[in-house]
Amino acid sequence: MIDLPTAFQLLAATVPFQPPAASSISGDVDRLYLLLSGITAFFTVLIFSIIFVFMVKFRRRKDDETPVSTHTPLIVELTWTIIPSLICAVLFVWSAALYVQNGRPPASSTEIFVIGKQWMWHLQHPEGPREINELHVPVGVPIKLTMTSQDVIHDFYVPAFRIKKDVLPGRFTSLWFQATETGTYHLFCAQYCGTNHSEMIGWVYVMTPTDYANWLAGGEKSESLAQLGERLFSQYGCDSCHVAEGNGQAPSLVGVYGKPERLQNGETRVVDESLIEQAILTPNSVHLPNYKPVMPTYQGQIDQDQMLQLIAYVKSLGSEERNGR
Amino acid sequence: MSTAIADIHDAPAEPAVNYLNASYGIRSWLLTFDHKRIGLLYLASITVMFVVGGVAATLMRLHLVEPQGALFEPETYNKMFSTHGIIMVFFFLVPSIPATLGNFLIPLMIGARDVAFPKLNLMSWYIFITGAALALYGTISGGVDTGWTFYPPFSSLYSGTHVVAVALGIFIAGFSSILTGLNFLVTIHKMRAPGMTWFRLPLFIWALYATSLIFVLGTPVIAITLFLLGLERLLHVGIFDPAVGGDPLLFQHLFWFYSHPAVYIMILPGMGVISELVTAFSRKKIFGYSFVAFSSLSIAVISFIVWGHHMFVTGQSVYAGLVFSVLSFLVAIPSAVKVFNWTATLYRGSISYEAPMLYALGFIGLFTIGGLTGLFLASLATDVHLNGTYFIVAHFHYIMVGGAVMAYLGGIHFWWPKISGRMYPDMWARISAAIIFLGFNLTFFPQFMLGYLGMPRRYAVYPAEFQVLNVLSSAGASILGIGYVIPIIYLAWSMRYGPVAGPNPWKAKGLEWTIPSPPPTENFEEIPIVTEEAYNYPAIEAHDYPDAPGVARV
Amino acid sequence: MSELAVHSAHPPGFAHQFETVEQQREAGHLGMWIFLATEILFFGGMFTAYVVYRSLHLPSFILGSHELLVRFGATNTAVLICSSLTMALAIRTAQTGGSKGTIIFWLLATMVLGAAFLGIKLRYEWYRDWVEGLIPGVSWLGGGTHTPGVKMFMCFYFFMTGLHALHMVVGLGILTVLVIMTARNRFSPEYYAPLEISGLYWHFVDIVWIFLFPLLYLIGGRYPGS
Repeated sequence: MIDLPTAFQLLAATVPFQPPAASSISGDVDRLYLLLSGITAFFTVLIFSIIFVFMVKFRRRKDDETPVSTHTPLIVELTWTIIPSLICAVLFVWSAALYVQNGRPPASSTEIFVIGKQWMWHLQHPEGPREINELHVPVGVPIKLTMTSQDVIHDFYVPAFRIKKDVLPGRFTSLWFQATETGTYHLFCAQYCGTNHSEMIGWVYVMTPTDYANWLAGGEKSESLAQLGERLFSQYGCDSCHVAEGNGQAPSLVGVYGKPERLQNGETRVVDESLIEQAILTPNSVHLPNYKPVMPTYQGQIDQDQMLQLIAYVKSLGSEERNGR
Repeated sequence: MSTAIADIHDAPAEPAVNYLNASYGIRSWLLTFDHKRIGLLYLASITVMFVVGGVAATLMRLHLVEPQGALFEPETYNKMFSTHGIIMVFFFLVPSIPATLGNFLIPLMIGARDVAFPKLNLMSWYIFITGAALALYGTISGGVDTGWTFYPPFSSLYSGTHVVAVALGIFIAGFSSILTGLNFLVTIHKMRAPGMTWFRLPLFIWALYATSLIFVLGTPVIAITLFLLGLERLLHVGIFDPAVGGDPLLFQHLFWFYSHPAVYIMILPGMGVISELVTAFSRKKIFGYSFVAFSSLSIAVISFIVWGHHMFVTGQSVYAGLVFSVLSFLVAIPSAVKVFNWTATLYRGSISYEAPMLYALGFIGLFTIGGLTGLFLASLATDVHLNGTYFIVAHFHYIMVGGAVMAYLGGIHFWWPKISGRMYPDMWARISAAIIFLGFNLTFFPQFMLGYLGMPRRYAVYPAEFQVLNVLSSAGASILGIGYVIPIIYLAWSMRYGPVAGPNPWKAKGLEWTIPSPPPTENFEEIPIVTEEAYNYPAIEAHDYPDAPGVARV
Repeated sequence: MSELAVHSAHPPGFAHQFETVEQQREAGHLGMWIFLATEILFFGGMFTAYVVYRSLHLPSFILGSHELLVRFGATNTAVLICSSLTMALAIRTAQTGGSKGTIIFWLLATMVLGAAFLGIKLRYEWYRDWVEGLIPGVSWLGGGTHTPGVKMFMCFYFFMTGLHALHMVVGLGILTVLVIMTARNRFSPEYYAPLEISGLYWHFVDIVWIFLFPLLYLIGGRYPGS
């Protein structure tokens, strides 16, 4: 004979009620979810019960009976307008605060790049290792994902971390998380992207720092993203014009990342991933005054992985100077 | 105890000449200007579309009993869910109550002989079936696999399916909506009978008025959006292609600017029906008439400024997210007000439980759940986790199926005697309502759980740990399907063999119940003069008759 | 309104779902205004997309706008404004009981001006654009200085003026019907509602053009150095 608690346990084992809570924000999101569930359950039970009671108490007993009239006091209407409004206000503020807070990655985050393409995820660690449909991360370290798509809109979703963000072509979106439990967690694509959308899934492996360091060091020796980018920079002839000392046909790129630049068309833009990508693909749209618009376009020649390597290289220029290396 | 049919000795007789037999032959139906016949033409067409969309849903749920998919290759499954969504949204839910019950009832309820523009009304129907035919052609010749949301760049540059044909079908059908909405607005403004002031109108009319506002203001935007998408597909000019300066998110903004108000097109008429059912079956004036009326209008207005809640995870700015979130919470309030008012109407009523009332009560319960789960999605932090998962699917099905479809069925059953002159067997109707209620909950409640666990939507295959909940959902779907088939059978049966209903089998208030069933073509022999407020059911003041027998209890 | 008054004298065109002529007239007008509201939203979607891309690609939009010939756009603007005048005169003639010949004259004048608008567009603008390879997706000789933004501008130019031209064609059809109705003596000072309502439509199409002209033809000015 199975008693109720055991039955419930068995049911919970077969049908879990929530995904693993494995990030620094999972607990907060779950708490809010629990509050929302409580409010939903409360009002559902309230309405159902009242209806049931009325259904029984005021059922028609004779076809020609005349009910007693009721009036609509304004205070009743106001009460059940104001109370739900207050509940909604509380929910909004709580949720918005959590959302804003979760939107700001800590300054010390490790940045990992993500490219979504039909139908797989490419992930590139700054130190060099590249993964497909898998992401190894150390526990307890904030990780910032900078993401773009090579084709259609995808969405990077890790239920255990309660994080999700669309991944778009032609621009970069970002997410951050800090894993709190080691383990293996689902990675899903959550924006319909074509035939094999449901197979664009993978795993996030959260490891202890030691295991992670071993993982990084093991496997194929590979260069960092910036080193790979430096190679491409030379291979595609960029360094013939973009001379570091600044006396070439094109501006020096040392230290430009993160600084505002005034373009020929009068706009001022900060040099970020998007601008660098735009400069490589449609150079005439962002060329600088005092320089002739002679840079060729690399549209179709550079894929998204290479693009990230070049961007990483440009980002690293000047930071070496700053770090005194 | 059913009190619907009077004693056999008072059995009513069907009027000799009514709108159904005033003229015979297919031409008299296909070229009719009578709003009642046009309502029935729509009833037939959207029933066909409902069956097509329902078959797609059944196949989807059968496929999903196995994690690796039981029936289809992913490509076919993707076409299934796209077809299901497109057909159900654009060709069933949007027209359902307005085009069938609205067309039939608005002139009757306001005391008019027809709508303002009867020829335009017929043209609306032809436009609708042209669009529907084109969409069906697209479906049969291979379908689309873009989802009903058609997001580019996938739909513009990558999908190899019949996007243009289906989008064109939707575009065309959109004009049907616009013209119907226009017709309704002018009819309600200009053709009310003498004495039928705005605040004496049945709430069904207020609901359809609000719906028509959305029809005329929202639908043109989806038309132009699909137009741009079609041009993009045909000419490859890069309107939504980032590689040549376009922005795929612009499509999403334009798309949802219509498609969010569209969901209120789908629910507001249902709410109007519920107001009618709750009053008729409690034989009581509605609680808070003006609050219910104004909440319909405010829902229509606010619905236009919340579309961004579909885009919280697209990378839009935090500020945009905050604004859309607070407005999305705001739009929930009028709906809550309605639920409370309907419940309060039951207080001290004289309540009976024929099938329409069961549908109404089911609506109130399921809409409450569906609406409250909307708060999870208006709330930014939880929406991040739940967006794109089965939680969303469960949320909107609770409202669309647990809400709108049940209201539609409730309305069909309530006004069936007026439409056909006959009564259907109430026992079968109640059984179906119960089957639908149970099947529905079994289908969609597990999906809330699946969503929270993280199962994304539009997945043809899924991790094995989600199987139990999927199987439960599919089991519910088969029950739900049976529940939908039964009414088609007994309603058709009743048209020939059902007992004659008489003008007012429910003893309800409302101008439509003062004329014969089925009504004559010109509706009223003489246009009535209205002197009483809506739902003016007899009631006694409690303090006047403290001990008298026959008084409903305190 | 007594039964007697209702059934006594119904002018031609009275529709029996209405109780009075006044009700019919008001309903017709309200219907047309609502229809124009839907048209505003329809064009509005396109205008919104235009505004977004113009702000994202202003320099390219300026370049693209300079490809358009202002003299033809301006002429067409004048042509359309005149056609609105002739339309108003046709309605005025009916209102004051003028002869059907006069009404038809003004209606035909409106049609001639409308056709002139379309003719100028087709022959001097779109045909030239086709020859010069400026029609995206149809004949596009882009590349070089024609950055992606210029192509986007030309897309919107053709979509917006094309949609407008389509509405003009429909308007010409409506005018044709009105000419026939006038010839058949359908209108009188008591009943000229179809003329009024069609006039509203025609004026609306004119107003759309008055927005399109500066937004498309006059971006970035036309002065040297700009």
